[in-house]
Amino acid sequence: MIEVKNINKTFDDKQILYDVSATFHTGMTNLIIGQSGSGKTVLMKSIVGLLRPDSGEILYDGRDVMKMDSKEIHNLRKEIGMLFQGSALFDSETVLGNVMFPLSMFTKMSQGEMRDRALFCLERVNLKGADKKYPSEISGGMQKRVAIARAIALNPKYLFCDEPNSGLDPRTSILIDELLHDITHEYNMTTIINTHDMNSVLGIGENIIFLNKGHREWVGDKETLFETDNKALNDFVFATRLFKEVKQYIISEKNGK
Amino acid sequence: MQVHKSKKIVPLQSNNSPPVSELAPATREAKHRKKNCTMAITNSIAVFGRYCMFMRKVFSLPDKWRLFFKRTVAEISKLGVDSIPLVVIVSIFIGAVITIQMEINTSSPLIPAYSVGLATRDIVLLEFSNSILCLILAGKVGSNIASEIGTMRVTEQIDALEIMGVNSACFLVLPKVVAFVLFIPVLVIFCMGTAMLGGMAVAYFTDIISISKFTYGLQAMFSEWYVWYGIIKSFFFAYIIASVASFFGYHVKGGALEVGKASTNAVVTSSILILLFDVLLTKMLLQ
Repeated sequence: MIEVKNINKTFDDKQILYDVSATFHTGMTNLIIGQSGSGKTVLMKSIVGLLRPDSGEILYDGRDVMKMDSKEIHNLRKEIGMLFQGSALFDSETVLGNVMFPLSMFTKMSQGEMRDRALFCLERVNLKGADKKYPSEISGGMQKRVAIARAIALNPKYLFCDEPNSGLDPRTSILIDELLHDITHEYNMTTIINTHDMNSVLGIGENIIFLNKGHREWVGDKETLFETDNKALNDFVFATRLFKEVKQYIISEKNGK
Repeated sequence: MQVHKSKKIVPLQSNNSPPVSELAPATREAKHRKKNCTMAITNSIAVFGRYCMFMRKVFSLPDKWRLFFKRTVAEISKLGVDSIPLVVIVSIFIGAVITIQMEINTSSPLIPAYSVGLATRDIVLLEFSNSILCLILAGKVGSNIASEIGTMRVTEQIDALEIMGVNSACFLVLPKVVAFVLFIPVLVIFCMGTAMLGGMAVAYFTDIISISKFTYGLQAMFSEWYVWYGIIKSFFFAYIIASVASFFGYHVKGGALEVGKASTNAVVTSSILILLFDVLLTKMLLQ
């Protein structure tokens, strides 16, 4: 479980996060949602330690990151997997090389063992037969899956995904969402996903944190999302006609029952 | 009874000096120039401080020695071996040009003909094979390093390394610096040899100087120290090229445009530093 308490972050006199507190549960897909510029990425980068908050606490299963020395942070990072918006695969390495990279850095496995583990991870994300290709030779969806395979190679306790569906077609987006959801439950990870994809929110949103202009406005799940009267959240989630109609339908269904 | 004193607005300038807007244009310009100069110095100190901190991160123990050696060998191939064709081509032509120019400028009955070979050799050994060669390599290798690391920065590959708990500066930069510093003597020696071959080719294919006199000139009054001097200087220049280019690449913020700017800045800065260190090292090693 990851807890953040009263996080504030400022860039050049511009405050991005205002006293943000949230709890991200283990074995659940925790979603941070909000409009572009609402502070989602800043919050995620603060949690993983790429940015240092001005104040507040970040607790990984009770361990406060803000009080850790560099060695402890170094060790903590071995428990973290991250999927970046642009996949961030190493161009000079093959798909297999990318997945084997964390294993070669942090384990004492033999070459054969690393290869087996990497192939297993690639198979888990439904990417058989692409191991010899370079990232530039595969599609965006496949790159995302390679990045997931690389992120889970070391069996991390915490998985972070920054807009995993950006730039993907709806079908591939659903596949990636399902994959993240299944992996989270299979390995009992604390998964945090930054997204503004409403399909993801309604599909895998087991714990949803809504950020609005740097403030935490709402916390709930995909079920309670339909019952909220938070205007900012309603305007954001049910912005399109389709989602408005879906909301109407679900509410009327519930009332009918 | 309490007396409320009215608060006076204190001007930024002292009472004796008039506000900037009221100054004569020449004085105003001088003030602006002084301010810009101060800012440039402050920025340079800040950049140097960041460079030192970056180097401290770079020169830490690698997480995995096996990977470090593997990457160093790969960098030797990419930065060093791949530069050999450029070094050979440039050296042959410059060696030939130096020989022709020496012959033209020393064609006098008072100067022996072999001095063409001697002067060509000394120019190549003392300056061309190290300083000029490294200025050329700053363009090739420096821009390559800055753009590679800069692209890794903007595509979040460096962030990915950091998240994994890898010291990205050490992992990416140390093999490049070590590889280039280790391989630079090879390039310098290649340069020395091929530049003299270029000069010999001029002597062989033209009739401006006989090959025997040119060869005699190459061997006359030879000082071995000149070769060592060139190699010692090149170690410093190689370090400047690799570390400065890595620094600019590593600190890119933004997108493709900034990567291009970083690459240009890396080449310009390392070229200026090479020239500066050339003067200092020449003073220290030759005098």
